[in-house]
Amino acid sequence: MHVEVRGLNKKFGDFQAVRDVEFAIGKGQLIGLLGPSGGGKTSILRMLAGLEKPDSGDILFHGRRVNDLPPQERGIGFVFQNYALFKHMTVADNIAFGLQVKKWPKPKIKERIAELVELTGLAGFEKRFPHQLSGGQRQRVAFARALAPEPQLLLLDEPFAAIDAKIRHELRSWLREMIDRLGITSIFVTHDQDEAIEVADEIMIISKGKVEQKGTPWEIYKNPQTPFVASFIGESTVIEDIASLKGFEAAASWPGTKGLIRPEYIEVGKENEFILLSATEAGRVSHVHFRGSEWLVEVQVGEIKLVTYRSLEKKVLQPGEEVRVLVHRAYLFNDNDNWVMENKLKEDPLPVHI
Amino acid sequence: MKALWITLTFIVFALLLGIPVVRIAGGAWDDGWSGFAAGLSRPEAVHALMMTGLIVVIVTAVNALFGVMLALYLVRAKWLGTQLKRIMNSIVDLPFAVSPVIGGLMIVLLLGPDTALGSLLNKAGVPIVYALPGMVIATLFVTFPLIVREVMPVLQEIGDQQEEAAHLLGAYAWTTFWRVTWPSIRWSVVYGVVLTVARTLGEFGAVLVVSGNIINKTQTATTLVYEDVENFNLTAANAVALVLAACSIGLLLFMEWAKSRKAS
Ligand SMILES: Nc1ncnc2c1ncn2[C@@H]1O[C@H](COP(=O)(O)OP(=O)(O)O)[C@@H](O)[C@H]1O
Ligand SMILES: [Mg+2]
Repeated sequence: MHVEVRGLNKKFGDFQAVRDVEFAIGKGQLIGLLGPSGGGKTSILRMLAGLEKPDSGDILFHGRRVNDLPPQERGIGFVFQNYALFKHMTVADNIAFGLQVKKWPKPKIKERIAELVELTGLAGFEKRFPHQLSGGQRQRVAFARALAPEPQLLLLDEPFAAIDAKIRHELRSWLREMIDRLGITSIFVTHDQDEAIEVADEIMIISKGKVEQKGTPWEIYKNPQTPFVASFIGESTVIEDIASLKGFEAAASWPGTKGLIRPEYIEVGKENEFILLSATEAGRVSHVHFRGSEWLVEVQVGEIKLVTYRSLEKKVLQPGEEVRVLVHRAYLFNDNDNWVMENKLKEDPLPVHI
Repeated sequence: MKALWITLTFIVFALLLGIPVVRIAGGAWDDGWSGFAAGLSRPEAVHALMMTGLIVVIVTAVNALFGVMLALYLVRAKWLGTQLKRIMNSIVDLPFAVSPVIGGLMIVLLLGPDTALGSLLNKAGVPIVYALPGMVIATLFVTFPLIVREVMPVLQEIGDQQEEAAHLLGAYAWTTFWRVTWPSIRWSVVYGVVLTVARTLGEFGAVLVVSGNIINKTQTATTLVYEDVENFNLTAANAVALVLAACSIGLLLFMEWAKSRKAS
């Protein structure tokens, strides 16, 4: 289903939970709504579902305005954050509910249950009650129940939040696969960026009720359009006095400009590890932490503290050691503007012409 | 120490509940089976017991219906303002705070034959005070909080997400209530109904004021017992009281059973 939202606003009392939200989603896409808790993600989902009435704005499915359509008529599958399974019904009855309500003939209902139980790997659990299932199994029941009446749009509110980390990974890829197979347009909410990046075709970053940016995970990572997005996606350190770093002196021509640097923008090592020594800063290692697959290195460069990773293959750095630090790029921003600046000294100052 | 407390509690209950029941039972059999049978088969006794039964049926039905509805509105309705809900919530508790006699008096003052509304209804052939409708209203007033207060916390606890899930699966309000909400609240409703029946069986003050205690007309089991005692007709009083006590014990046992179902 093609979904479009225009100028959506929602207030709870005096609190503006959703603010001028606009977006369009193509058929068959899997979209992740990502943002901090309390940002308004659930509210957006609930308005799409018709559980909450927007104060203003239009919601269009297939180009048709559905604002006045009750939730019963919207043809949406919804997976609640805590699943909201019917606790006095068995797994099979939970899945059958939507079909019975729609007066499907009995044999067809039976067939559909069998199909969904197979799809969600719940075979053998049909007669169990929700309280007799594990978290992951409940999630699958919620998924099966939502999919049973063949909805055109699937909404999932933090579908993995209540599941322990290990199974969460499995479920994520399972969900991705399932949605690809069914080709159903889906929107899922999460506050976990790894989850969004791993699962979604496109991410919408939501903060304080606004869509900060919409794009593929790579686009958002590479080209964050607001300081909020830049600091929310990935890890980063904000540097007040970015112009004091070698290669970024030009930043001084925009007063009030700050820099944001990610660990992966920085290289740290001994002098012999760099070809362009002139572009590097002198620094001192203040801490190293073992992170399983790499070292997390904290270095002090003048007044500035930077954080970066270092491969386990390279020579181990010790706290207190003098090192060279190369900052490849920084994301600069001030009140009016934001852009990515490459280290100016990285371009060889004395190019050799042949 | 614990054993001592349990024994003590047991003794207190035996003194407070057991002995009166035994005395009532004993009193009813003072003149043997014939005395008991005679006490119960008096026309006024039969009428009073029928009256009580009728009131129990009407009040329980009305209360169950409106109690569940009000509980649903107070917990779920978004269109009711928070302020209004708070006020309605305190009104529900009013009968707990007000003495039943005062409750009955309020009905007499509002709907009595001397009031405008009362005389109007009287002319229309629906007398309220000193008639069955008034007694039903008085008993409704006294028992109204019982079901509401049983059901509201359960509704709050289960939350509205299961209902929202049902809506999204295409179920409208009626289907959602019967298939999703009702299974979760039914044992609380049953428990509230039992409480209502028990309270209605035993209601005395409000009914006495509203009914005028007219023999063979507006007399109920409790007001009959009162009159029999006044007239030193103790055997007959005990006979009727024993029927009421038997109902109470039956209800108590049923209540325990309902409570265990509610908990599961
Ligand atoms: N029914 C409601 N009444 C009052 N405030 C609400 C209601 N629903 C959400 N809010 C508020 O709106 C804000 C956004 O909530 P929500 O959409 O749940 O955010 P998210 O899902 O991103 O965590 C929060 O501050 C929350 O407290
Ligand atoms: Mg949320």
